[in-house]
Amino acid sequence: MTDEVTAPTALQRNPSKGGLLDRFFQATELDTRMLGMIGALLLIWIGFDVFSNGLFLTPRNLWNLSVQSASIAVMATGMVLIIVSRNIDLSVGSILGFVGMMMATVQTELLPSLIGFDHPLTWAIALLAGIGIGVMIGGFHGLIISFMGVPAFIVTLGGLLVWRGAAWWVTSGRTVAPMDSTFRLMGGGVEGSIGATASWAVGIIACLCLVLILVHSRRQRKRFLFPLRPLWAEFLLALLGCFLILGAVYIANSYPWPRAIANRYAEANGIPIPEGGLFIAHGLAIPVLIAILVGVFMTFVATRTRFGRYVFAIGGNPEAAELAGIKTRWVKVKIFALMGGLCAVAAAISSARLNAATNALGTLDELYVIAAAVIGGSSLAGGAGTIAGAMLGAVVMQSLQSGMVLMGIDTPLQNIVVGIVLVFAVWLDTLYRSRAK
Amino acid sequence: MDQNTTPLVEMKDISISFGGIRAVDHASIDLYPGEVVGLLGHNGAGKSTLIKILSGAYKRDSGEIFVNGEPATINNPRDAKEFGIETIYQTLAVADNVDAAANLFLGRELQTPWGTLDDVAMEAKAREVMGRLNPNFKRFKEPVKSLSGGQRQSVAIARAILFNARILIMDEPTAALGPQETQQVGELITELKKSGIGIFLISHDIHDVFDLADRVTVMKNGQVVGHARTADVTKDEVLGMIILGKCPPKATPGAGALAYSEAG
Repeated sequence: MTDEVTAPTALQRNPSKGGLLDRFFQATELDTRMLGMIGALLLIWIGFDVFSNGLFLTPRNLWNLSVQSASIAVMATGMVLIIVSRNIDLSVGSILGFVGMMMATVQTELLPSLIGFDHPLTWAIALLAGIGIGVMIGGFHGLIISFMGVPAFIVTLGGLLVWRGAAWWVTSGRTVAPMDSTFRLMGGGVEGSIGATASWAVGIIACLCLVLILVHSRRQRKRFLFPLRPLWAEFLLALLGCFLILGAVYIANSYPWPRAIANRYAEANGIPIPEGGLFIAHGLAIPVLIAILVGVFMTFVATRTRFGRYVFAIGGNPEAAELAGIKTRWVKVKIFALMGGLCAVAAAISSARLNAATNALGTLDELYVIAAAVIGGSSLAGGAGTIAGAMLGAVVMQSLQSGMVLMGIDTPLQNIVVGIVLVFAVWLDTLYRSRAK
Repeated sequence: MDQNTTPLVEMKDISISFGGIRAVDHASIDLYPGEVVGLLGHNGAGKSTLIKILSGAYKRDSGEIFVNGEPATINNPRDAKEFGIETIYQTLAVADNVDAAANLFLGRELQTPWGTLDDVAMEAKAREVMGRLNPNFKRFKEPVKSLSGGQRQSVAIARAILFNARILIMDEPTAALGPQETQQVGELITELKKSGIGIFLISHDIHDVFDLADRVTVMKNGQVVGHARTADVTKDEVLGMIILGKCPPKATPGAGALAYSEAG
């Protein structure tokens, strides 16, 4: 509190008005919209847990949920930038399918003859090739949209058909399997998880980063005499963040390997099997770590780089952005190229998880990705949206899906519910925005 | 004013057409350091179009632009900014969804040594400049959308002077403002003039411009009716130029003056 007194009066925070809750939000600068989403997610989780007789909120289900959300979450981060810049990309599912097929072909048919079967570099070469192809496809879409003036909706609608067809073309419709053993780690599962010790280490490093970020931003604000958060708010944020991170690690570490695999592992390594089975934790899954890294990277791109600033400025007022001297066309090309690259990462995750590349890989993903971004607060009118919101949106979508599966609801009804929830969520958001004005 | 020095800007014989319509027809205009030139005319007279050519928003069909006596190639807004030409548009051209600091530095962001945005430094600079222009301005963290018309205007002006503009173009700068804010803008223009900046003031309302401008140039139907020093003419005479295209004796007639229109 002492810091506030030393700040010049002109820069002091407006005197708090309203109740305790208002003051709390003002002090912590927490995004109420984001908190609302987290609240909604918790409601969904608790609701499903009650209706599925406690099947939903188990380490096993939450762990699976995190893995299932990863692919959509990765693509949703890119979709945020697309939507913020007043565009849309309907082709992400098909790009995922095509790139997945290409990566599978590279690692099963091309590389074994060049560098040998199960070479330690196979996964990296396949992934890089996939990202390269994805970036080229996305960039190509972007060029048509920017320089030939075809609306993004049409270009990517065409892309939806073209790349789905092209995926079939690569192998004449054959399913390509199995994947390289290292590549498969990106899909999660028993081997694609990092285990208890490493998970705790990741959790602790994440906590340290959070604290460092808070300290650094406080120092910066102090240096330029900007208003500071009260100290208690800083501590509360740090504690809350660390609690959430370590809680997630704890849950991931509470999900043991299946009995049979654990026993086999114990036999192979000569570990005596205790009574009641051997407990080996999964820990955080690699696809989830990939998604989190992508999320951090994309948040950085969106908020800390010129490119990200331009994306938002274009979404807010394309004319003003152009008049300010921004090369708006190239920014658009870059946005779509980035989206293509993220599709490739998502393709790696989903094909590795399936241990195969099929023609149907990624079908309808574009709709889930757009829904995730929109539920996460990206405004289709452009100019507004957050990466974290979109990733949370992906988890919401996946929670609905897997919750209904646990409750044994038929597929057609699942789609009906998801559709209604999407419309309802956007309506709520519209209400929130009109009241916030 | 010493008219013998090199003009800051000289636009010569500028023409541009949109779909067969001559929006600007062989218009010429100039501006000297520390001078305010009012560019007057009805809506659709071609004044905004002419000035958008200078600011790089439109590309001219023919004619030449000189900055400090040197021929200047201006093909886009970036080129114009390199010549120190800054524009405050009628539509205020701000990105509504980002905050004041982001708007001030849009297209020219400050970066840290690692190539990331230096938001803190930008906000500090924004606070400094805005503090000079509009000391009451406090809402740095909010998107520009939530600001009042006057506050948005001060953001637009701060943005133009932040980068040491030498030539400032203001398109209807007071159209969206209340009386008090209009007066603030007037004081600001006087300040900027003192520091040697040349200002084009565009308006369809003579009262906005007459007291602030040193000279006026009147346009009608895409042509220049005439140039005059505000000291030499009355408001009524300028009104006559705007409405009828009639050039008073002390003004320098242009291609669009009445005699020409009758003949054509």
